[in-house]
Amino acid sequence: MTESRHESLHEAMERIRGTRVWKSIFRREPARTNRTRSLAIFGNLLFHFLPVKVREKSLRVRVSYYLGSISFLLFIVLTVTGILLMFYYHPAVPQAYRDMKDLRFVVTSGLFLRNLHRIAAHLMVIAVFWHMFHVFYRGGYKPPHEFNWVVGVILLMLTLFLSYTGYLLPWDQLSYWAVTVGSNIIKAMPFFGDKIRFLVLGGNTVGENALLRFYVLHVVVLPLIAGVFIAIHFWRVQKDGGLTVPEEPASVEPSLSGKPDSEK
Amino acid sequence: MTEKNKIDTGFSSDVRKDPRRVVFVTRKTSAKVTGDPGPQVMAYPHLMLREAIAFQVLMIALVAVALLWDAPLEQLANPLLTPNPAKAPWYFLGLQELLHYFPPFVAGIVIPTLVVVALVVIPYFNVNVQGEPLWYANRPRRLRIFLALLTVLTISLAYFDAWTVLVPTVVVGAMALYAYTLKPGATTPLGPLQRRPISWWVMTWFILVAVVLTGVGTFFRGPGWAWVWPWGSHAG
Ligand code: HEM
Repeated sequence: MTESRHESLHEAMERIRGTRVWKSIFRREPARTNRTRSLAIFGNLLFHFLPVKVREKSLRVRVSYYLGSISFLLFIVLTVTGILLMFYYHPAVPQAYRDMKDLRFVVTSGLFLRNLHRIAAHLMVIAVFWHMFHVFYRGGYKPPHEFNWVVGVILLMLTLFLSYTGYLLPWDQLSYWAVTVGSNIIKAMPFFGDKIRFLVLGGNTVGENALLRFYVLHVVVLPLIAGVFIAIHFWRVQKDGGLTVPEEPASVEPSLSGKPDSEK
Repeated sequence: MTEKNKIDTGFSSDVRKDPRRVVFVTRKTSAKVTGDPGPQVMAYPHLMLREAIAFQVLMIALVAVALLWDAPLEQLANPLLTPNPAKAPWYFLGLQELLHYFPPFVAGIVIPTLVVVALVVIPYFNVNVQGEPLWYANRPRRLRIFLALLTVLTISLAYFDAWTVLVPTVVVGAMALYAYTLKPGATTPLGPLQRRPISWWVMTWFILVAVVLTGVGTFFRGPGWAWVWPWGSHAG
């Protein structure tokens, strides 16, 4: 019975994929040939910066642990849950804190939403660091990937700033003092330390101006910049010829430029 | 003929008058075309399917944790009530641990700046693209330099009482010295250490120090930044 149900579902999908409407949306026939499968990537605004073909070796889990993809997926999860949280949040003292209480006790699944956002944020910091170290150990920064590594360093900083600006928003003791401790470090900068700190906080202490500034940075400025750099990063992965796959252990003996002592 | 451009940039677009170099053939080939690329597959569906699986596994894990664990929420922020210790977010606790040992200008400005600069220049600074092992050529000379550096580093860290930096530094140093003693082709579990290039050792040292500092700052620091055990009560 399931067999025939399956068949008809399959047929229905096929029929839908053959319609004019479907074609008008995806700009191609069903992806049955390699030509239409290529079109599925470069004929699609969202995917066109991905490669059309990938090396089979680079798909192996151990090459990347998909850590870059996971960082990106966490960014998406954070964007979605973050927008939902924005519906319940006012960047004002002390309303911000009351909103946290409301999320916990009033809003349906509000706490779950906040938990998701917070875990994804912690995980993204871990995933991005891990991705960086993993790229390093497989030599992924070597030519022609140099500049993409630099883009990566920018993404790392953006990730940390995103996380740090978000940390203040609940406006509880934890977030208040964490941000106070962090922002005191800026004071150690010679000459303009105090000025920069004033600029960041909108005052000499962490107060309602700092909350507003961190909020705007957290929900608009930094995510937009990060989105642009992530796009550049993906596009460069493709343009640089795909992932760096270290050679098999058997051939890992480096092609040596120096000579061993015995040959001297 | 085409109408003259209203805004003149001084750049001619006539290829016949202005020959440009089309191809530039260098002696070296770039890394991306060396080596056998191996078989290729279509990104759609092969890559897309794997990304979808990664996404689903990730979502399941996220939802599971979000159901079991709750985001913390303490009392309303109170500028007059400083908690002891006041801790930065966990990824900055390594820095805060450094601040405990070094003057703020060094720990808060110089070291982070140096780390970021070092990260940026990694791909441009790479003099050893082939990944020649540290202990491959010039062994006696490299050993002398290595021991000198390790000694200076150890003494200066001890001078600042920076034990949580010192311990991982000595551990990595000992590993590198052990790699020096390995016979070529040793198949022990630590055998591969002898093939590691110097960049590997520096990065591993950096990661180990960062992990130890962050871990100590997160779990082992209590009131007044004194050492506490995470399982002991530090309700003070
Ligand atoms: C928001 C943060 C980031 C995202 C979303 C991201 C995403 C990705 C993705 C999807 C890939 C290809 C597949 C993979 O390796 O998993 C990649 C490759 C790469 N990433 Fe990232 N990345 C991020 C941060 C970083 C950082 C911090 C660095 C290093 C400083 C970095 C350096 C690179 C390099 C050099 C490659 C090419 C690797 C190779 O050729 O093997 N990325 N990134």
